[in-house]
Amino acid sequence: MPTEFLTHNKIRLALHHLRSLDQAPDPQCRPLLLLHGLGERSPDTVPSWAVAWPGPIAALDFTGHGASTVPRGGGYSSEMLLADADAALEALTGPDHTSSSTGITVLGRGLGAYIGLQLAGARAPQVYGTILCDGPGLAGGATEPTSMNFFALANDGLPPDPYALVELGRDLRPPDYATSFVRLAVTGSPLDQPITVCAVFHPAWLEAALGEHGVAESTLGDALSSYAALG
Amino acid sequence: MDHSAEPKHRTPPVPIRAYSGARSPDRHYRVDSDGVSIAVHEWGQESDPILILVHGGFDFARTFDGFAPRLAARGWRVVAWDHRGHGDSQHAALYSWDADLRDAIAVMTHVSPHSAVPVIGHSKGGALMIQLADAQPYRIAALVNIDGIPSKRPIPDVAEHERTKMLAGEVAGWLDHRRSTATNQRKPGTIAELATRRGRMNPRLDREWLEYLVTVGAFESEDGWRWKIDPSMRFGGFGPWRPEWALARLPGLAMPFLGVLVSEVEEMGWGTLPHHVTPYLPVDGRLEFVEGAGHFVHIEQPDMMVDMVLELFERVA
Repeated sequence: MPTEFLTHNKIRLALHHLRSLDQAPDPQCRPLLLLHGLGERSPDTVPSWAVAWPGPIAALDFTGHGASTVPRGGGYSSEMLLADADAALEALTGPDHTSSSTGITVLGRGLGAYIGLQLAGARAPQVYGTILCDGPGLAGGATEPTSMNFFALANDGLPPDPYALVELGRDLRPPDYATSFVRLAVTGSPLDQPITVCAVFHPAWLEAALGEHGVAESTLGDALSSYAALG
Repeated sequence: MDHSAEPKHRTPPVPIRAYSGARSPDRHYRVDSDGVSIAVHEWGQESDPILILVHGGFDFARTFDGFAPRLAARGWRVVAWDHRGHGDSQHAALYSWDADLRDAIAVMTHVSPHSAVPVIGHSKGGALMIQLADAQPYRIAALVNIDGIPSKRPIPDVAEHERTKMLAGEVAGWLDHRRSTATNQRKPGTIAELATRRGRMNPRLDREWLEYLVTVGAFESEDGWRWKIDPSMRFGGFGPWRPEWALARLPGLAMPFLGVLVSEVEEMGWGTLPHHVTPYLPVDGRLEFVEGAGHFVHIEQPDMMVDMVLELFERVA
C-alpha cells in the first residue's frame, strides 16, 4: 500500500505509506505522520532524518501539492490544510487501517510544522507528540492586517499550485492564535509535553508557542526517541 | 484533477412565486474566475451607468430581487454576482476571503475594465468591499456599506480554561464536519419548510418574501427543495482573522463612503454600533443609523435605502 488516496471534500489527497506496519522495527509503535513544507511534496522513501522512528511512517501531500488534487481558483488557508491533516489522522487510526493504533505522532516541516501545531491542538487526545522543524513556509505571513493585493495567477494545473504558494506564504499568523492551539494541546493531550520545537528559526508565532507550558525544545533525534519511547 | 463541479440546478427564468416589487434580473451570464464559474445577474438598461451590488455570506445575488429593480428604475445598470459556492455559481474546492476578492475583481474587470464604479456591499459583501477599496481604490468610485462593518466582538466574561474548552469544541466540530463534506447534501424540504429555516436567521423578513427567496435560491429535486449553497459550507468557524481589523482600513479610503448601521441585532449581523465606527470614518465618509431596522434593511425598507444610496451616487456622478 505505497500510496493511499483519501477524500477531503472535493480534493483527492495522497497519503504515502513510506514504511508499512510489517516493515516497522517495532510494529507496536504508533505511526509517524510527516507533513511537508510549502511548495514541497512528500518524500518517496523514509528520509534519513526520520529513519530512527521505530513504527510505521506515512507522509501526506497537502492540497495543491505532490500527487494531491490541484484545485482551480485558489482559496487556500492553513485551516483547510489542517482538515487535510485530519483526514490523514482518520486514515491512520480508523477502523479500516491495519494499525490498531488510536493515535499518531506528527513531524512537520515549515508550513507542515504550523499545520502540525494546529492538529496537536485540534485532535489533542489522538496526537501523541508533535515535532516542529524548519522548512519552507515556516514563517507564514504577517501577524496583523497588511496592504496585500489580489491578482489572478498563471496556473497550469500542476503542483505545486501557485495559489498555494502565494496564499499560504502570506497566511496571517498572530502569535496568540498559535498559542490557543498550544493550550488546546496541553489541555487535551495525555502527554505533559505534547509539542517539541526542533526548528532553529523562530518566527513570532513559534516564539510565542515556545513560551507556553507544555512545549519543549530539543534536537530532532531526541524528540523522535522521546515520543517513540511512550510506546 | 479538479473535482469541483457546476451546480446541478439553475434558477428557472421566471420565479414560481411572486413578491410585490421583486423582479428577476434582465440578464444572466457567467464569468470565469481562474476556472471557477461565477454567475452574474443584471437589472436595467445595458447603456445605463454601472452600479455594483455585493451580497453577504450565505446569501446570493437574487436576494437583491427587490432592491436592484428599484435602483434600475432610477437609471442604473445594476450588476450582482453569486459568490463562489452560493446561488448559481460553481461549487469550488476551496473558499476563502482572498478567493472571494479575486472573484469580485474578475466580475468588475469584465463589466468595467477601465473605470471606477459605485459599489454597495451588504454584510460580508460590505466588509469585502472595504478591503478591495483599500487594495484597489481605482475600481470603486463611491462605496456604500450596509451593516457590513465588522467590529470587535464582546469577549464573554469566562475563565481562560472555559474559553479553551469552547474553542476545542468549535475546532473539533468543524473538523468533524469536514470529514463528511464529500457526501453531504443540504436538507430537503418543502418551500414552506425552507422558508421557515431561513426565517430563523432572517426573523424580521416576511413569510411571503422568504418563500419567494426559496424559489430563486433553492432547487427542486425528487425529494424536495434544497438551498443551492455548497453543503461543504458551514455558518461560523474559526481562524486568525479579527473582525476589528476591517476597521483599520476605513480611515484611509479616499472615495465617498456611506456606512449604514441598524438598531435591531440579528444572527447574521455583527451588531456594530455607531460609536465603534465613528472614530474610523474616512474624510469623505458618513454614517447613517437606521432605528427600528434589522440586518436586511435594504429588504425591509428598499425605497428609503434607494433614496439614501442614490443621494451619494448621484452627487459623485
